[in-house]
Amino acid sequence: MSMNKPIPVSDFHAYPDAQGHFAEYGGIFMPETLMPPLEELTAAYLAMREDPEFIAEFERDLKYYVGRPSPIYHAERLSNKIGGAQILLKREDLNHTGAHKINNTIGQALVARRMGKRRIIAETGAGQHGVATATVCARFGLDCIVYMGAVDIERQKINVYRMKLLGATVVPVVSGSKTLKDALNEAMRDWVTNVADTFYIIGTVAGPHPYPMMVRDFNAVVGREARAQMLEQYGRLPDVLTACVGGGSNAIGLFHAFLNDREVAMVGAEAAGDGIETGRHAASLSAGRPGVLHGNRTYVICDDNGQITETHSISAGLDYPGVGPEHAFLKDSGRARYVGITDDEALAAFHELARTEGILAALESSHAVAQAIKLARELPKDQLILCNLSGRGDKDVHTIAAREGIEL
Amino acid sequence: MSHHRIDKRFADLKHAGRKGLIPFITAGDPLPEATVHIMHALVAAGADLIELGVPYSDPVADGPTIQHSSERAIARGVGIKQILAWVSEFRQIDSTTPIVLMGYLNPIEIYGYARFAEQASMAGVDGVLIVDVPVEEAEAVAPLREMGLCEIFLVAPTTTDRRLAAIRARAEGFIYYVSFAGITGASQLDTAAVRARVEHIKQGGSIPVAVGFGVRDATSAVSVAESADAVVIGSALVAQLAATSDRDSAVAAAHAFLAPIRAALDQAVRR
Repeated sequence: MSMNKPIPVSDFHAYPDAQGHFAEYGGIFMPETLMPPLEELTAAYLAMREDPEFIAEFERDLKYYVGRPSPIYHAERLSNKIGGAQILLKREDLNHTGAHKINNTIGQALVARRMGKRRIIAETGAGQHGVATATVCARFGLDCIVYMGAVDIERQKINVYRMKLLGATVVPVVSGSKTLKDALNEAMRDWVTNVADTFYIIGTVAGPHPYPMMVRDFNAVVGREARAQMLEQYGRLPDVLTACVGGGSNAIGLFHAFLNDREVAMVGAEAAGDGIETGRHAASLSAGRPGVLHGNRTYVICDDNGQITETHSISAGLDYPGVGPEHAFLKDSGRARYVGITDDEALAAFHELARTEGILAALESSHAVAQAIKLARELPKDQLILCNLSGRGDKDVHTIAAREGIEL
Repeated sequence: MSHHRIDKRFADLKHAGRKGLIPFITAGDPLPEATVHIMHALVAAGADLIELGVPYSDPVADGPTIQHSSERAIARGVGIKQILAWVSEFRQIDSTTPIVLMGYLNPIEIYGYARFAEQASMAGVDGVLIVDVPVEEAEAVAPLREMGLCEIFLVAPTTTDRRLAAIRARAEGFIYYVSFAGITGASQLDTAAVRARVEHIKQGGSIPVAVGFGVRDATSAVSVAESADAVVIGSALVAQLAATSDRDSAVAAAHAFLAPIRAALDQAVRR
């Protein structure tokens, strides 16, 4: 376990460096075959992100296709019931396809199209990124192959069918633990084999450089919007941000615009599963250690032989043994802190939000809601907590019913 | 010390006009108690250098055969400590055959670079090939180099000339040329394309070139050896070993698999 001293940082927006390092995290730990295409992607993306035409294209789709901006909603009844600080929700659940994931897939599909790649591959855990990828592939007329762990296919049947309806091919992955990390491995094997014509749309702020940077940039619209909305609606910035962290794309999306606003605290809610002390969790930052997984150095959950171990969470989207390298950097620098939320706490928050506000949150996002509720109890009434409601919970009703012994 | 074993082996091969034969096995598979015996059997069958795979849970460059062999070894608790003990045991009898550990970075990172470098060097390991450490990140493994372990790098069909120059500047022992863009065990070998690439790599310097990925039998080994200094055979051997159920049959299978390939390579050179 790393007990690094906080790193003094003058400008959080200066990261990563040209090799993709967030201080000691990130980088490019990949087989040689993929290094030249990664270099090519980095160069292409860096040019595109300065290109006004590309930016306009991206923003047009965010507005008219995704339905941005998403509102900030004051969860007044929930806040009153708790009796502490005010909980504000950034409603990413209202985006087309029901989560923040589409911000990134639109961006990467535009990059792929401009690079002339017509075959898209992706990995998915809960199926949200797979659906968001299948959606934009249909939108842009690209071939779409989604790798998904056989275990996840079983627990997310509706999303599997959604992807098929959108014209994607879903490939079951039966190696390893048959979950998200193995889907990522298999997508990388596909990429290494079909590198000439294939673009890999990674779904979170992990993987080798430039992915952690690129996926962050596309999701950073969440924080930029939220910062402007806070100033407009409340005349000030929030006191605390909170978001769930699996790979960490929605959290980085919200946090990034606020990183240099030192007065804004940040808390990431990781999946503590049955409880961190049970060993059945997916809390890489809270309970893992620095290591190397899927192309970057970050916090990982592994045994003393360096083998990545199986994780557990009620939410498939948080069930990942690594985490984006920028979060590892934010943790060590002391800029953000990361805490575990158990399955039971997330479920309780899911019900609380449903009953008080009429919003079914995704199980992933329910971890952030649970953390917001905890913070609200500790903070005075005039404090503002901005919680990223990263996705809607319709996809999870079967999981919740099964967990509670209800037959649908 | 370590460099010497690999460099000497390639120098001897060149002097004798022979091609190097490099078998790959996953340490601890099919049975932990068979590994050292299999290594000796491979040497007896004509191996010039042994690549010993360090099992890893998430081997992104490997096909199903090596994935499954890694999973079996991991299920038996095989880790670096035990693998280094096996290398020491092998060295009690064989002090000349170079050994290269091949694998992924996380097991070494978790073991600790300085600790690994010291113990691997003491055990008699000669080099390391870490599949997910490209030349850009090679500083991460600097302690290994400082302890005299050869840093062996991959070159791929996609490698640009700029990258090749950077790899050549850092590479030690030999360059491992990946014969096609893909995963281990796939069958996409294009001998003409491999020859052109290997000749291109050799133009820039004197470091030997071994070719792996897609070499599965005597025929493919002979065709690749027309241009390469050595051939690496992994998945096909690992698959043979996987079909055995005890130590003696694994040892016999290793010998039976490699000996004809050795003979074919030597015969082809003589012709």
